[in-house]
Amino acid sequence: MVTEARDIDMLGYCRSQTGRHLMLVVRSPSEVINPLLFFLLVIILFPLGLGPDPQQLSVLAPGILWVVALLANLMICMRLFVDDFEDGSLEQLAMARIPLAVAVLPQLVASWLASGLLLSLISPLFGLMLGLPLSVAPVLVASLLMGTAIMLLLGAVGASLTVGVQRGGILLALLILPLYVPVLIAGTRALNEAVQGGDPTIALALLGAGVTSGLMLAPLAIAAGVRVSLEL
Amino acid sequence: MTAALLEARDVSIHKGLRQLLRGVNLRIEAGDIWQLAGKNGVGKTSLLRSFARLARIEVYGDLSRCDDVLYIGHSAALKGSMSPRQNLKYHPSGLCNPDHEAIDEALASVGLSGYENALTARLSAGQKRRVALARLFLPSGRLWLLDEPFTALDVVGVEILEQRFKAHAESGGAVVFTSHQTADLGARLNVLDLEQFRGD
Repeated sequence: MVTEARDIDMLGYCRSQTGRHLMLVVRSPSEVINPLLFFLLVIILFPLGLGPDPQQLSVLAPGILWVVALLANLMICMRLFVDDFEDGSLEQLAMARIPLAVAVLPQLVASWLASGLLLSLISPLFGLMLGLPLSVAPVLVASLLMGTAIMLLLGAVGASLTVGVQRGGILLALLILPLYVPVLIAGTRALNEAVQGGDPTIALALLGAGVTSGLMLAPLAIAAGVRVSLEL
Repeated sequence: MTAALLEARDVSIHKGLRQLLRGVNLRIEAGDIWQLAGKNGVGKTSLLRSFARLARIEVYGDLSRCDDVLYIGHSAALKGSMSPRQNLKYHPSGLCNPDHEAIDEALASVGLSGYENALTARLSAGQKRRVALARLFLPSGRLWLLDEPFTALDVVGVEILEQRFKAHAESGGAVVFTSHQTADLGARLNVLDLEQFRGD
């Protein structure tokens, strides 16, 4: 049964691994549902605390939505590589004969589909609950689609570094929250412009630039982080 | 002389400030079966992991090996919420992406036919071990690096594994494994006692 060294079909590998991670998400959905529930709860609580004045709420809504999305994302990043690290899957990932920077992508894609994409698509509903007009929904969804992707990529860099650390959650937050700040600023800026009838294009373009550069650079950093964690 | 599948020249392994092993010389060729032996903590797993290139920072010396490697560590990389069949099909090492028939055959070879679609979390420790070892019955790399493959296996399981080792060695592969127990692997078996390389 010994065969020659096989070249691994990179696309096929990524597809199969994305399927694996999506399957795991479906099998234990709490990791996806918890951040979404958290998001929902906080959005419900804010009007109770701030008072039901729609005028005031809609002024604060962009900031609230984005901060909560950021925190929900942080929750997801804290779990990102933990299970795979503990059961040896991460080790096996490093043994796969494709570049580690590519091998870590499927998990990120699956995580984003199950968290960022879902959250962005539901966000207009949450926006309505905070008194945002439906007309800003496209900007809200677009900014969150890109913002969650950037935050997941950045968070994964931190997660790959802290996965071997016992209770690395706080360390992770300290590491990546400063990196989230520009994303937060650009995201709320886009939304504020849209609410006030201005032009959100610049902020959205900034987010787009963040996604593309993140997609290019973050996998390399994540791969390096995974190596560091595995060789502790 | 055939090309070595793995060659270690004067390899030393450090863990923190302590030198675990030094001066390890080993040449593994096709058809070899090597057992890394020694007391607990002598560095069997560390050496095996260094062979797998999973511990590059701590390893000094000259270490070269072929790329076609299968490594099975203590933790089996199995997901409890997936079935044995799915665990093998979607294995993160990506060494194999075989069809269902090949996987079912491999599972049958390790005595797990009938469990293909069971929940892996519900299997016993020995059965989980067998799922992990079923990878050896799929197209799976020339050089096998196995950490304590006999753990949790019953007598029949051990025998199946020994047969598989021999067959793999005969067909031009090589096996390196760590174990405390003596395995019945015939003349191909070489035992490397790591006590002789113990560091400071």
